[in-house]
Amino acid sequence: MSLIGKGILKGMGVTAKNFFQSYYRKERLPTVEYPEEKATINQFSRNFPFLLYDGDDPVDGMRCTACTLCERACPPQCIYIIKDKDENGKAILSPRIFDIDTSVCMSCQLCVEVCPYEAIRMDSAFELSNENRFEGLLLNREELLKPNAYYHEIHPLEARETDDRMAAKAALAEAKKKARQKRARLAAKNKPPPGLKKTPPTRKKPPQREKSE
Amino acid sequence: MNNYFDLKLVELGRWIEAFFAHYPTLKLVVHLLLCTLPLALSFMGAFAFTTWLERKGLARIQNRPGPNRVGLFGLLQPIADGIKMLLKEDIVPERSDKLFHFLAPIMLMIPAMIGVGFLPLGDGLHALPLDSAIIFFFAISSLNTIAVFMAGWSSRNKYSLLGGMRAVAQMISYEIPLVLSAVAVIMMAGSLNAQEVVASQQISSWVGSGNILQEFFGRILGWNVFKPWGFAGFIFFFIAALAEANRSPFDLPEADSEIIAGHLTEYSGFKYAILFMGEYISAFAIAGIGVTLFLGGWNGPVFAGLPWFVLKLFSLFAVMIWIRGTLPRLRVDQLMGYAWKFLFPLAILNIFLAGFYHFLERQWGTAIAMLAGWLFGFGALQLAAIALSRLNQSPTIRSKRVYQLVE
Ligand code: SF4
Ligand code: SF4
Repeated sequence: MSLIGKGILKGMGVTAKNFFQSYYRKERLPTVEYPEEKATINQFSRNFPFLLYDGDDPVDGMRCTACTLCERACPPQCIYIIKDKDENGKAILSPRIFDIDTSVCMSCQLCVEVCPYEAIRMDSAFELSNENRFEGLLLNREELLKPNAYYHEIHPLEARETDDRMAAKAALAEAKKKARQKRARLAAKNKPPPGLKKTPPTRKKPPQREKSE
Repeated sequence: MNNYFDLKLVELGRWIEAFFAHYPTLKLVVHLLLCTLPLALSFMGAFAFTTWLERKGLARIQNRPGPNRVGLFGLLQPIADGIKMLLKEDIVPERSDKLFHFLAPIMLMIPAMIGVGFLPLGDGLHALPLDSAIIFFFAISSLNTIAVFMAGWSSRNKYSLLGGMRAVAQMISYEIPLVLSAVAVIMMAGSLNAQEVVASQQISSWVGSGNILQEFFGRILGWNVFKPWGFAGFIFFFIAALAEANRSPFDLPEADSEIIAGHLTEYSGFKYAILFMGEYISAFAIAGIGVTLFLGGWNGPVFAGLPWFVLKLFSLFAVMIWIRGTLPRLRVDQLMGYAWKFLFPLAILNIFLAGFYHFLERQWGTAIAMLAGWLFGFGALQLAAIALSRLNQSPTIRSKRVYQLVE
């Protein structure tokens, strides 16, 4: 014979256990009181992109070459790039203006995927509230630029992998260059045609786009 | 120590009234104010404290800390909420029935406050000491059904109307087991006077005896809840009271996952606060009458009187909060079926059980009545409950379902 209301009493027991244990057991009260203490962020968390630089000077060490691949890949079109020019009006491989509108960005990470120079990565800083919802959320180049050390700090695994890949790429490029030089030297030794000097292949430049500021 | 607080409070009241001894009219006004104002204010304060208690309790049950920013442990949160409510815009729907929309909160507050007045809070602390206080209480407290329906109807909103209709169906059905379970107590006490019901819950031969142990237990063991019919009656009463007060798991009129907030949907600002307060104070009134009828009223060892009443009231409310944190909401048909097919017959049976107990007590004394009552009477209730729950089960279809289009 089962007692009427046994199930209810059992349920009440469960809630009572939760109530009392929340006073002395940490796992029963997992709340982090936000402004006083901050939750530890998982190293795989991501929200908005930032730009990486090497060395000490943000602008000189900028990895970005203003190739605009990310700008074209961005689904909500929230990246805005203008290439830099030198005094003669010739394009330099770095952006003069690089803006990301974080109020539009949907944190899809597509810009990171397409970047061939490992120049853009996802940030995990979350205290981004701002008094001005237009200009305040539109991050410009200086605000976006962060050192590689910061990247190592927030995403250690990923950063190490990126560094390794870049080092391997650099080594490969070095080896190729050496091989090419060797070939050129050999060729020069074997038959030196005075008029036919082979030029080293240059990287094809990305097509330039007209832009209004 | 017994009744010390109550006597002092009564004395204080007399002392204040004595200032106006030469002005009979003024003295009457002061007397009325002294009867009503402290009661109203203290129950409003209790309401504020209970909202805090409820939020804290539910939060802890759900493994959160609950409000903890305003004041120590968030104790000032109700005040902050009150200020917020006062400053909010009071929106009245354009096509609503404005008069009734305005009247509904008041109509809810009035019976709640009157109901509170019938409670014997302590020895001599009794705002409305009527001879038929208990029947009056039930008559007045069923008025709040009208207020809830008024709120639902006048808002001209389908969710409000649904909430109001649910409230009427629910409150009318649960009124019956509520009163029937109280009938057993009234029968045993032989009086409708709340103070006498409380007085009947002491073991009178022990209380006056001077023996400390007997003094102590005479004020506890006499509570109706320790008698078989009282225990069962208390459970029926408590379940029906939860439904009467729209408390979870019977909070169908304001089921927020189904019909937004039911009859409260179109209320905002201070009217909402008043409606909310009215519901809490009705819940207090019902819990208070439960304490009076079953838990010995203000009886208790050492500090008999107001402290015990307050303690019992808040314990009962804490159980309500605990239940709210535990049980899911019932469906409408389950709710009605539960009242009519289960609680109602059991409450009637309980009246017979009380009569049986009374007969045994008269014939062979309390000890045998207790034994027989718990063994046979309570057993009979259990059996009846099991039989009823079997009977009420919807028929199970045993044949295998055939999917014609599949085979
Ligand atoms: S994360 Fe996505 S939406 Fe944001 S800037 Fe990169 S590509 Fe655009
Ligand atoms: S894809 Fe990389 S290198 Fe190209 S513009 Fe974007 S961030 Fe700069």
